[in-house]
Amino acid sequence: MKRAAKAAGVGLPSALIADLRAATSPDRVRVDPLERAIYGRDASLCVGDEPAVVVFPVTPEEVAEVVRACNRHGRPFVARGSGTGLAGNAVPLGEPVVIVTTKLNKVLSVDAGERVAWVQPGVLNLDLSRHTAALGLHYAPDPSSQQVCTIGGNVATNSGGPHCLAYGVTNAHVLALKVVLPDGSLAQLGGLDPEPAGYDLRGVFVGSEGMLGIATEIAVRLMPDPPEVATLLLDFMDVSAGASTVSDVIAGGLVPAAMEMMDANAVKVVEAFVHAGYPTDAAAVLLVECEGLPAGVKASVDLITETGQRNGARTVRLAADDVERDLLWKGRKAAFGAVARLAPDYYLHDTVVPRTRLVEVLEKVYEISARHNLTVVNVFHAGDGNLHPLLAFDSRTEGVMDSVHAAGEEIVLASLAAGGVLSGEHGIGIEKRDLMGHLFSQADLAAQDRLRACFDPDGLANPSKVLPSPSGCGDLRPQVKVPAGAWV
Amino acid sequence: MLPREFSRDLLGLAEEVGTEDPVTPLGGSTQWEVGGLPGPGAREVRVASGILEYEPAEMTVRCLAGTTLAELADGVGEAGQMVPLDLPQPQKATVGGVLAVGRSGIRRLHYGPIRDHVLGVTFVDAAGELIRSGGPTVKNVSGFDLCRLMVGSLGTLGVIGEVILRCMPLPSLSAWYCGSADPFELRSRLFSPSSILWDGSTTWLCLEGHPADVEAQARLSGLRPCEGPPPLPQGGRASLRPSDLKTLTGEFVAEVGVGVVHLSEAVPRLTDERTLALQKQIKQSFDPAGRLNPGRTAWLP
Repeated sequence: MKRAAKAAGVGLPSALIADLRAATSPDRVRVDPLERAIYGRDASLCVGDEPAVVVFPVTPEEVAEVVRACNRHGRPFVARGSGTGLAGNAVPLGEPVVIVTTKLNKVLSVDAGERVAWVQPGVLNLDLSRHTAALGLHYAPDPSSQQVCTIGGNVATNSGGPHCLAYGVTNAHVLALKVVLPDGSLAQLGGLDPEPAGYDLRGVFVGSEGMLGIATEIAVRLMPDPPEVATLLLDFMDVSAGASTVSDVIAGGLVPAAMEMMDANAVKVVEAFVHAGYPTDAAAVLLVECEGLPAGVKASVDLITETGQRNGARTVRLAADDVERDLLWKGRKAAFGAVARLAPDYYLHDTVVPRTRLVEVLEKVYEISARHNLTVVNVFHAGDGNLHPLLAFDSRTEGVMDSVHAAGEEIVLASLAAGGVLSGEHGIGIEKRDLMGHLFSQADLAAQDRLRACFDPDGLANPSKVLPSPSGCGDLRPQVKVPAGAWV
Repeated sequence: MLPREFSRDLLGLAEEVGTEDPVTPLGGSTQWEVGGLPGPGAREVRVASGILEYEPAEMTVRCLAGTTLAELADGVGEAGQMVPLDLPQPQKATVGGVLAVGRSGIRRLHYGPIRDHVLGVTFVDAAGELIRSGGPTVKNVSGFDLCRLMVGSLGTLGVIGEVILRCMPLPSLSAWYCGSADPFELRSRLFSPSSILWDGSTTWLCLEGHPADVEAQARLSGLRPCEGPPPLPQGGRASLRPSDLKTLTGEFVAEVGVGVVHLSEAVPRLTDERTLALQKQIKQSFDPAGRLNPGRTAWLP
């Protein structure tokens, strides 16, 4: 009944809509059922509510006006970039206004001398590096979704990526933020100078999943392109030999630019899709990249080769040129798409464990998936212990969603038991909100909520995410609902 | 798997901080005047020292906040690693102290600010409770980042008890060069030097890495080998945009490419009004009675 009424446009908050139209323009305030349904989802399987309204501001001033209108009407709001989030971070709860930032997509300035760019939040990650390529500069964080994800979204979830092993995740690359605070006021957090006065509000804002406000301009650090790059592919007959190589390389005093691992299932689907020459009979392949000055890179390549061989690497392939390098990386970055060959749906997980516990947790992941009759594909950031078990399934199979859900939770808990944390780069969102109590005490969570409330006392910015409600259980509504079909 | 036992040291610290009367945490007092002096009558609280956990293959180290930088360097140095917290007086300066002050060392150009080396912080809050944030892994986005809030908070939001830090490999060679080359031009010509310092006439350059690379970069720089960095003026510290360093005059040593300027006198720090209000709100919320390090203010020089 409720849905039918909504579909007919009955019960929409007309005064709010009128204010939002005045704040932006009538054609950028959308209420039709299809758009509201689309912006009710992200790339995760989390289901929330449909937004009351979807707004597309084109300037920071419009964002501020929209937020002020939400304040006047006591209406929560959710900022959203491309919607590639995998933890339900931008899935609306409580019928909020969804503020889509993708039309704020300008690179505002690039200062090659200071190696800083100011960008709007809707700029796509890869577009920024393309924009600065001619200057010999790039933006280091490179999530696998970098062709479509926005810098604003990266800021919200403190995104990582393969090359964050050596250079750090998003937080290390954001210098300053101009933000619209949840009450609609404007502030600058951080600065282009190295030691802005006071508490590190910039650092606190990055990774806060849209709950402390909306970034409308972001100053990011650009890095010089390395003079030398070497990309190696090592293959192993068992996964633990690959993981030991990772630990040994790091214990050997080397932190490569990236160190990525794929297991047998991943190699098979990727090779069939990309034809990168990955050995399809391998139990695991390791993709390693070293960057820097020539002698250091050469020494690193030697160390990795030797360490791999000592651990039983069957072959060590060094990319001969950029074409081969791109091909090897294409396999890694296309892995999740390639999984469609196995099954129509997938659930991608994200946990981090101490790197020395990788093998043990991987074995658990295989055991859990087998017990639930699910196919698991592992493509992950081995260098920093960041696992991405991907459960492939067909949602038309009776009862499969229950298995997917149960297996997922077991995997997360197994990672925590090994001394890991809940998320490496996807964030908590809705997906892991109710698991926070496994990692943090009530006092820890209360301190986090105290910080949140300083920015947003009224709880209007992306409410009900990250922090479990104080009672810890007994929510009125199940927050994680698994839908009948996955949209991936 | 539910938490989580705190060590006797941490429980003791929580008890010492207690729930009432003003306290001021004491490290090595090497940057004692930053943010103002603690008010009279504040009870001094010291944090125990010691490395608690160090696994070279993890490249992370967990230690008590009272550990000195020298102890830390020795502890991880044996395995060929370091935590690049290169602040003055490492025999005295403590890990908790330098993180609470939040100022980075002179190799920030390459290694980044010290906040980026902190993975986990356990602190005692104004109610005497132990709060954990972050964790032992190098990547972690589990909840709001209280670690970064603590770095540079000058002990005004909590007393840091224990930290988990990220280690890095010790470079196989680390060498200083100096001469009269234009430091700004050097910055764009060289690849990722560890430090470029400039006093208006002399340029100092720190190169680290594979010896052959260091040698090649040194040749490219045109500078001659010399003894370590120059003495840094201790009276004040300015934070400027890197491009604004070009116009500096007088007595200073500037970190080129970074923007930190070491001066002989203190300079005011600026922040916009809304941001300042937010800072004050955070202080008020975390320490309503104002008992944590009274007299010190995180947004003052």
